[in-house]
Amino acid sequence: MRIGIDVGGTNTDAVLMDGDRVLAAVKAATTPDVTSGIVTALDGLQAGHPFPPADVQAVMIGTTHFINALVQARDLAPTAALRLGLPATASLPPMVDWPGRLVEAIAGRAYLAHGGHEFDGRPISALDEDELRRHAADMAANGVRSVAISSVFSPVNTEFEVRAAELVAEVIGPDVPVSLSHEIGRVGLLERENATIINAALRELAAGIVDGLAASIAGHGITAPLYLSQNDGTLMDVEFARRYPVATFASGPTNSMRGAAVLSGLGTCAVVDVGGTTTDVGVLTGGFPREATVEVSVAGIRTNFRMPDVLSVGLGGGSLVRGTGTDTTVGPDSVGYRLTEQALVFGGNVLTATDVAVATGRVEIGDRSLVAGLDPADVAAALERIATDVADVVDRMRISADPLPVVAVGGGSVLLPESFPGLGAVHRPEHFAVANAIGAAIAQVGGEVDRVFAIAPGRRDAAVDEARQEAVDRAVVAGADPATVEIVDFDEVPIPYLPGNATRIRCKAVGDLRIEQAAGRRA
Amino acid sequence: MTGVITDRLTTIGADDLEALARGAAVLGTGGGGDPYIGRLLAAQALREHGPVRLVDPADLPDGAVVFPVAMMGAPTVMVEKTPSTERIGAAVAALAEFLGVTPTHIACIEAGGVNSTFPLVAAAQLGLPVVDGDGMGRAFPELQMVLPTLSGIPCTPMSIADEKGNIGVLNTVDNHAAEALARSLTITMGCAAIISNYVMSGAQARDALVPGTLSLCTRIGHRLDRVRAVHGDAVAAVADELGGRVLHTGKVSDVARRTLTGFARGTAIISGASPMADPASRSAAGDLTLEFQNEHLMAVRDGVVEVTTPDLIVVLDTDTGEPVTTEALRFGHRVTVLAAPTDERWHSPGGIALVGPRYFGYDTDPVRFDARERP
Repeated sequence: MRIGIDVGGTNTDAVLMDGDRVLAAVKAATTPDVTSGIVTALDGLQAGHPFPPADVQAVMIGTTHFINALVQARDLAPTAALRLGLPATASLPPMVDWPGRLVEAIAGRAYLAHGGHEFDGRPISALDEDELRRHAADMAANGVRSVAISSVFSPVNTEFEVRAAELVAEVIGPDVPVSLSHEIGRVGLLERENATIINAALRELAAGIVDGLAASIAGHGITAPLYLSQNDGTLMDVEFARRYPVATFASGPTNSMRGAAVLSGLGTCAVVDVGGTTTDVGVLTGGFPREATVEVSVAGIRTNFRMPDVLSVGLGGGSLVRGTGTDTTVGPDSVGYRLTEQALVFGGNVLTATDVAVATGRVEIGDRSLVAGLDPADVAAALERIATDVADVVDRMRISADPLPVVAVGGGSVLLPESFPGLGAVHRPEHFAVANAIGAAIAQVGGEVDRVFAIAPGRRDAAVDEARQEAVDRAVVAGADPATVEIVDFDEVPIPYLPGNATRIRCKAVGDLRIEQAAGRRA
Repeated sequence: MTGVITDRLTTIGADDLEALARGAAVLGTGGGGDPYIGRLLAAQALREHGPVRLVDPADLPDGAVVFPVAMMGAPTVMVEKTPSTERIGAAVAALAEFLGVTPTHIACIEAGGVNSTFPLVAAAQLGLPVVDGDGMGRAFPELQMVLPTLSGIPCTPMSIADEKGNIGVLNTVDNHAAEALARSLTITMGCAAIISNYVMSGAQARDALVPGTLSLCTRIGHRLDRVRAVHGDAVAAVADELGGRVLHTGKVSDVARRTLTGFARGTAIISGASPMADPASRSAAGDLTLEFQNEHLMAVRDGVVEVTTPDLIVVLDTDTGEPVTTEALRFGHRVTVLAAPTDERWHSPGGIALVGPRYFGYDTDPVRFDARERP
């Protein structure tokens, strides 16, 4: 058995699963400390389907906690950013394009030092150990509690970042965590460095949260290993989560998409996740979310995280309904969490999408008699508007004219029709309301390579094989069962003007979590 | 671009840079590099030194000494080993010293992409005005592919500087040789070098440059902001500024890339019209195939070549109007393809020899942009 938990902004959802079968599912309110909401959810699972804690083989948690901490600029550690690359890159120092309030929130200090590599692995300049020790001493003197290190072309050669980390630790002490950019991001210095600095700023918070999560699981007598889900739908263990909190940032939409895939049995489909205020639409290809094609800004900071391509529209259970007939609009404004005070079915005086759904009998919430007076024609018009708006978003996400099945999940998906014109039937699988927790529970383990390869004539296949093998090896090291690992994404971009057919290869491998071995390692 | 440009800017300040960079990416026709880095560098220089004055080429005195400056190398390298602003001014200073002249104006040799911003850095550092114009009116990948070549202006003497402090000055037999020699130096320098070349008099610049291109870039960017604020049609706004029209709207259904003769060559297929598409929208049925080598060079529908280089083929994000580089083109991206006219001089026999489809290896005659809608 596994337990999947999704800690969202409003609800903490939890499921108990046996393979792909859902044994119990609950929703609890998310609490400010995160952990007591999880405890309530675990109690709910025990009540719904009593289980011996020893039978739980793994617990997977998806959380928006770290991205919320960044957006709200709270609980961030005083952080130093050290970049190796002088005399190159000096004109755009670390954090150059950050919102001022976030630089302040992390008491950000930027340091430039010699080092870095060219695209082909030649050093830009030699590492200057004295210079690095001086910088580290200055960090210590200024109360820095976490360090981010980046080096030019470190995805090609990691040597300088690794050595600089050793030198910094010698001076500042082993208790100050160091985050290295080649372990966090892709080619693109500023974006990779930004992600690394964010990661560094979150590490104190991550240590506390991860301890809290582990304690709440242990409090229920569960000794199974704990995992957190990452942006790309794969898992990291607790130790990894302490080191790389930034990798959890986009796990929410990814989990609901992956959950939808398992619940519906469809690996390639559009997933419509209808919540209280927004509807997120993503596309799964071979069971994995399609990634966004553009740079992603998080809290005003440009990064190159792996993020799922999600289109959001302001439409959900709390959306305001206005107008009549063809002029009817639904959303984008919403009563949000005040639904239970303001919606008609709860005795309020605001006509919401939920009221419309109750009026047609699609769902039983609140007091249906309070919406009995609505004009059936207006109700039909509102539902028609919702169907048209959502169908339009789904259509924009399609990548070919071929039919793409639509899977609806999330509590608000009762608002959607049985089928969309031109798109076909809407699959609304069992347990649709907790798809995100299920997505966490079934998450896999991955490994990725993103590097510039020099490809000699006739050696392309060898380079491709090398990249694929490296991705597979990384997945296995991360805990994947070697028998199940496969390549799920491959992208090859030749770089203009470089000699030796330099080619940037990006490759991702994913496999099932090695449950027994993982449990054994813990025991 | 061939029309009369009425609202020219007289200065460029830090507040204009985002708009300028976005418009420059449009003129980059898929190549020219991501202007994000260039925008940050220019912003820093303008914050430090104040706004830069823009001078209409028509207002240049005969005796002006105009120094173009640019970055040469691979955009993929520039986003990792970011350029140093100090070297941009240094490249100009080194060439001025070699020639024994004092620059009076800085110019932009390539308005499309990242090279729209570097001249602003040099101008701010050296306290000089920038010419509101450029040598192409778009982006092309090789040094000799500029209108000054057609006017008989030599590329060299040119300077080339890396971030370590190395500077070279080249003197070559012709502009093609300058490209070949500077290319190998650039690679040795770590594939991102700053160059200054095509030094010209005011009289030559008036004759050889495409006027108003920096204003045009900035105007495109500002207009995209305004249109988006009112949820208007961003793509139509760009088409209007360029005097172009929509060729196709759809989703990228295939991207094939290959490296040949040092270019990132490739083919992208944009598939249009789904059953859900609004018949009143601009979605056209079928596929449009784009051939690119850094820049988009040819648009083909049903085996018929619709537009080729040197006219502009621009790919925009359908929803936002944001320009999409050929490196960022990926399966599933929702895009609109525009075509727009290039500077008339590129259509001369000499221009076609320099940048026509055959130079890039496509076995086809050039097909000029036709502003009329297809029947």
